[in-house]
Amino acid sequence: MSARTRLPLFLVSVAGLAALLGYGVAGLPAFGDYHGPYGLVLNHVVLAQRHTTNVVTAVVFDYRGFDTLGEELMLFGAVAATALILREAREEEARKILDPVHSEPVRLIGLAAVPVVVLLGLFVAAFGYLTPGGGFQGGTVVALGLLLVYLAAEHRAYRRLTPTAVVDVFEGGGAATFVGLALGSLAGGLAFQQNFLPLGRIGALTSGGSIPLLNWATAIEVAAAFLLLFGEFLEEVMVERR
Amino acid sequence: MDVLVPLPVALPLLAAAFLAAVGHFVPAWFGDLVAAVVSVAVTVIGVVLLTRTGRHDLVYWFGGWRPSHGVALGIAFDVDGAGAALAALAGLLTAASVAFSWRYFDETGPLLHVLLLVFLGAVEGFALSGDLFNLFVFLELMSVAAIALTGYGDEPAPLQGALNFGIVNGFGAFFLLFGIGLLYGRTGALNLAQMGRSLAGGRADGLVLVGFLLVTAGFLVKAGVVPFHFWLADAYAVAPAPVCVLYSGVMSDLGLHAVAKVYWPVFSGPLAPHTPALRAILVTLGVTSALVGSAMAFLQRDLKRMLAFVTIGQIGIGLVGIGLLTARSLGGETLYVVSDGLVRGSLLLVVGVLVRRLRSCDELEARGRGLRSSAILFAVGALAIAGLPPVGSFFGRALIVDGATGGYRWLPIVLTVVSILSGGALLRAVGRIYFGWGSEREPVLGEKPVSAEQDEPSHPPRGSLAVMLASAAALLVVGVGLAAWPGLPGKAVAAATRSLDRPAHAAEVLEGKPPPSPHASAPAPSETSIAAGLVSAAGAVGLALLALFGGLGALTRAPVLRLKALHSGIVTDYVAWLTAGVAALGAAFVFGLR
Amino acid sequence: MSYLPYALSVWLLVVGLYGVVTSRHLVHLVVCLTVAQSSTYVLLLAVGYRKHGTAPIFKGIPLGTKATDPVVQALVLTDVVVSVAVLALLLAVAVQVHVREGTLDPDEIPAVRG
Repeated sequence: MSARTRLPLFLVSVAGLAALLGYGVAGLPAFGDYHGPYGLVLNHVVLAQRHTTNVVTAVVFDYRGFDTLGEELMLFGAVAATALILREAREEEARKILDPVHSEPVRLIGLAAVPVVVLLGLFVAAFGYLTPGGGFQGGTVVALGLLLVYLAAEHRAYRRLTPTAVVDVFEGGGAATFVGLALGSLAGGLAFQQNFLPLGRIGALTSGGSIPLLNWATAIEVAAAFLLLFGEFLEEVMVERR
Repeated sequence: MDVLVPLPVALPLLAAAFLAAVGHFVPAWFGDLVAAVVSVAVTVIGVVLLTRTGRHDLVYWFGGWRPSHGVALGIAFDVDGAGAALAALAGLLTAASVAFSWRYFDETGPLLHVLLLVFLGAVEGFALSGDLFNLFVFLELMSVAAIALTGYGDEPAPLQGALNFGIVNGFGAFFLLFGIGLLYGRTGALNLAQMGRSLAGGRADGLVLVGFLLVTAGFLVKAGVVPFHFWLADAYAVAPAPVCVLYSGVMSDLGLHAVAKVYWPVFSGPLAPHTPALRAILVTLGVTSALVGSAMAFLQRDLKRMLAFVTIGQIGIGLVGIGLLTARSLGGETLYVVSDGLVRGSLLLVVGVLVRRLRSCDELEARGRGLRSSAILFAVGALAIAGLPPVGSFFGRALIVDGATGGYRWLPIVLTVVSILSGGALLRAVGRIYFGWGSEREPVLGEKPVSAEQDEPSHPPRGSLAVMLASAAALLVVGVGLAAWPGLPGKAVAAATRSLDRPAHAAEVLEGKPPPSPHASAPAPSETSIAAGLVSAAGAVGLALLALFGGLGALTRAPVLRLKALHSGIVTDYVAWLTAGVAALGAAFVFGLR
Repeated sequence: MSYLPYALSVWLLVVGLYGVVTSRHLVHLVVCLTVAQSSTYVLLLAVGYRKHGTAPIFKGIPLGTKATDPVVQALVLTDVVVSVAVLALLLAVAVQVHVREGTLDPDEIPAVRG
């Protein structure tokens, strides 16, 4: 089908689709007027049932923890998949491009920012079940903090900081811990992924039972996954091909 | 709650994570071993679960979150007969695939097996889940693993297949998620049974219809129903044969079955008054898909691409089974899909043997060079596809057709045509490859496609031919012999009858009330079906011989070439067709289901 | 006014689709896919909003305060991660296509066809 016939077919179809979607969306309750039972019930019971003040994190790691399991494995799978696709083609004789940053202020401020950002990420992850945040959010920020090394210095420094074999272990280990904890509950006679630790005082870092453990396993896995992804793409781009 | 239920998902995923973590430190065969052990374990667990679903579903609440006052707080797995059967099927096909490719892919390290295990875990989750968003998560996980498995091997063709797969399926998943958003806005729930209860009291207004459209379209893209099927042929053509086994036998079948899995608990309430119209729409879609798929299969020279189109045709028949909206046809669809999936998997492995020996899966190139010992496997499989009684999928097909109420008497004729085309294409290939019949040139089949199979390592192939043939034979024996299992059609129909009873099913999932035992039975296949099966098998043989000895010159006509040309390989075309298909289906729903 | 966020999500999906179908560059195409996906984020979050509701985090505020729906926020979190995974994968494929073929125009990549 040539581009000339494709466009009219598409324009007609998408107009129809937009009309359909509009028709569907018109049946929703007005914006701000939502009364669905799932969220209402959870908002009322989570604090008592799990002693976590951040209901969203409790939903992510406990009530709908199984979705999160799939999501963790998805990030993990995407890294494995990207590695498979990109590592295959890498010719070993290609010369690596040097890419130093010449501006001193950029280097200084950038490198000074690295520990700040990493610390911020760790904070967001650590308190994720008490205040806004969580393992995913924190892990991403930590990874970005380390990526700053590439931006502020050069990519070889970044590569040296994040050796693939080591990061691979963290990534697989984080995912395995997550699944392992879930299976652990099963082995202990509870349901799969059931919370099994004492719940602690509301507002304390030890509240939430096994939520903190899952939270940290996620943070580690997500940070490692992003570092691997950045590394794969940098490796692909920072190479001069013959 | 049955402790076995989460294992088919947890074991493969844990094994994948573990394998990735230790991958740098273990020998190459370790990955094969882990994958083999896990897939066999999953198969066994699947079969055990199947035996336990005879009287009631196995409902498992993750995290121990049982519903309170009819509101589901957590995620549930709702294992019924069909789900357990598909789960066992996935395990068996993965085990056969691992056995086939033992040490085939040595040089990539464990990554390939990691992805295979992730794929298996996702497929198991998709088969067993009872929560709509959970289905989306596993659908996407399946896609991520599958894209990589397709794109592995860095020649242009696999990458283009992977790209088309990723983009079209990506849009399918977005449509599904948009539908989930709409339905959540109305029902406030994600659990299928709870959503159904919430919708049952109301009528099918715009939101329900569009939600149904989007959710169904998402699954139909995965299943490869026309016009959402273009990506499927490209992906199968370029993925290595052991990977195609999983796509054909598992992924497409699961996508198709998900339509029924979601329709009955969620939508059968508000859409019940519109059953005749919905039936007409779905059956039309299924028949179109079956005809296009089988016709295109006949026009292929690349064997994997041919099998991709055969799959599309067979899935079309399955969609007819679902679309007829009766217990008997749904039971038939389950039986059909499982046995047919095994047969298609076996055929793909035989093609894999051909590739391994000849480095080509092109029908014309391979003329006369096939291994005679695999000819019998291919021929039996082809006859099974053609619908020869009393092979396993024949019973399923008979149930589908016999389950059709009045007004659909023409179905056996259409199905016979479809079977003749698909079976004929495969038998033609048998004749040409294994016996050297037919000529070496066949212009209507087009020029040789861009080289497709890249997985030949630069060192000599290591896998043993005997193992490869044995895995193909094992699948074929199970697929064909499924008919011998006593009372299987009756059990399939009984399970289907239970899933049609929405209020009882919802009470079972949300309150744990045991459901009534239906007294459903499956009558023996009618004479029409038996006759149709014999006619289609004979017709397939006849068509193959005609094609080989009479030539296909008559087919070089504009409509045929136009149909082939539509399958352009360009992803932007595919997305345009996707949009058109969803818009058309939506129009049919909105104007037909008022 | 009260249906505008929903209309926005429809618009995003439509624009994403248009971008993909008229695309002549694979990276542009993959990013348009992401735009289409963001339509689902907007829809889900808009559905869960409650007027005058605060975030569903009960530190320092009494239980029973009107709060927005936490479930959709968890769903969107999962959705974003899914989007990242698919995006990374497709970009990797696009990079490889460029290396092998020298082109990123979807119309010109030699294709398996017929």
